[in-house]
Amino acid sequence: MNFLYKPWPWYVAGPIIGLTVPALLLLGNKRLGISSTLRQFCAACFPANIPFLQYDWKKDIWNLYFVGGILIGGFIGGGLFGNPNATELSQHTVNDLRLLGLTNFNGLLPHELFGWSNLLTWQGFLMMIAGGFMIGFGTRYARGCTSGHGIFGLSSLQWTSLVAIIAFFVGGIVCSYVLLPIILKP
Amino acid sequence: MKNLKYLLVGIVFGLALTKGEAISWFRMQEMFHFQGFHMYGIFMTAVPIGAIAILLIRKLNVHTFNGEAIDIPKKPYHHGIILGGLIFGFGWALTGACPGPLYAQVGAGYAVTIITFISAMAGTWVYAKFQPHLP
Repeated sequence: MNFLYKPWPWYVAGPIIGLTVPALLLLGNKRLGISSTLRQFCAACFPANIPFLQYDWKKDIWNLYFVGGILIGGFIGGGLFGNPNATELSQHTVNDLRLLGLTNFNGLLPHELFGWSNLLTWQGFLMMIAGGFMIGFGTRYARGCTSGHGIFGLSSLQWTSLVAIIAFFVGGIVCSYVLLPIILKP
Repeated sequence: MKNLKYLLVGIVFGLALTKGEAISWFRMQEMFHFQGFHMYGIFMTAVPIGAIAILLIRKLNVHTFNGEAIDIPKKPYHHGIILGGLIFGFGWALTGACPGPLYAQVGAGYAVTIITFISAMAGTWVYAKFQPHLP
């Protein structure tokens, strides 16, 4: 049963992710896009008379079932059958991250950085709280994320989504090259 | 329970994200430094497969299983696509997550990512609040 714990190669995971696009369209004319669920939760829990949150969030309740499924998928794939070994990263990445002080390459997130004890250090605050804030603010401002623009938007050949994904990458590259070394430098 | 099918698709999607390490902080650093093919391999298989499927749906005028017409609305351009996109890119590199992987990270048992998720909700809320004043 060892194979259950092994990570999947890109040529297995990628096609399944791609097939989600027609699956959702054929099942009910639904378009893949996950960041909009953050708006749904805001509209449901804290609408606060903000016009942007005054909409019928229940109309897209299917998407809350979908992300509930993602959570369960994460539990099965990462909790029950999580890879016990270190991620098979490029040696260059490992060397770069070692220079930034990381030693543990097990799991999906570095335990040294993503833990409760690190949350209220300025490093943890920037990575988890400010990082999360930028995900929520940025994706709604850009009207989509890696799924809505990156997978669905590019699949439907929309040039706005291409602009969006380029912007995502420029932001990510600048952050990973410039900001992250400053944050992590011991 | 007509929504249960979306839960099932979500489980498969979440499993592919997790097992494919598309929710891995390490993999995101490797991707942003162009040091590995893994994440690019995922995009370069997922997008063409989605594109071919949509092309077929359009060409053959395929309807949903219930006979409903399938429509794919245009995503209009506004400056937030670039400005918001850059901001999201920073968050993506810091947390190793996009909104989808965030749900998967919580599910995978990285409990502290609940805080990242709540922060993302706060970000969306603040965007909503200031939306009329943004370019």
